[in-house]
Amino acid sequence: MAAKPRNLSLSERGLNFEMVMWIFTRLSALAMYGFILFGLIGALIMGARTQMNFADIMRWAFMPNVTHVQNTNLQDIAQWATPFWKLVGSGLLLVATAHGVHGLVVIADDYLVTPRARQIVRIISIVFMVSMMAIGAYVIWTS
Amino acid sequence: MGLNRNVSLASALRYKGQGPMLTYILHRIGGLGMAIFITVHILASFAGGKSGVFVNSIYENWVFQIFIFFCVLFHAINGLRITIVDLWPRLIEYQREAIWVEWAVFVPLYGFAVYVIIRTAMGG
Repeated sequence: MAAKPRNLSLSERGLNFEMVMWIFTRLSALAMYGFILFGLIGALIMGARTQMNFADIMRWAFMPNVTHVQNTNLQDIAQWATPFWKLVGSGLLLVATAHGVHGLVVIADDYLVTPRARQIVRIISIVFMVSMMAIGAYVIWTS
Repeated sequence: MGLNRNVSLASALRYKGQGPMLTYILHRIGGLGMAIFITVHILASFAGGKSGVFVNSIYENWVFQIFIFFCVLFHAINGLRITIVDLWPRLIEYQREAIWVEWAVFVPLYGFAVYVIIRTAMGG
């Protein structure tokens, strides 16, 4: 308790890209908790009284895409494939991809320390992130 | 520049970081595991056809499910601890206690999930 507080104001600390991504990683983790709880509650509301398997509910919660409940014993699949749930799924996809690709960059930075290697990693990761977002959105909106 | 840490592999393996070190390594393994799984899963769903169905059928194997559920659940619970401690920095004093709480949440949830996965794999 004797330790002096070491709080710096934002201007003293400098608001750089690493700082922004540090806070983004934490906030996107909370956002994903929100998305998954939202999908879980939605699955419980829509799947109630159908003897739905809990594994299928969890599969829906982690990504609310209609293919995740297609081979279950649900009779009415239409309400699981609405644009609303596709929007929720797209939101989770974008947040999770950005969080995950930044995590891969953090891991790569621990092993690749030259500025040139880090720059190459950043270029590759941006291309990878944008293409995974596009492919994932395509899969969600065409399924 | 370049890698120059003056740490041999043998001494790195002998490093006794205890709880925080273990969660750091497991967080990294879980994150990598999920990143690889989700990438391949999205690409397989995009490709479709025979190869896509074959790749996605791997994920229905119970051994894979035990592995990926470890990645997801540990990364989620440990990530929640990191988020809470980082957004309220005064809690850093209770870092080690937080890790014990984390295991107390993780072990029952994961143990129950593994039990259900194995029971389903053996035919309900």
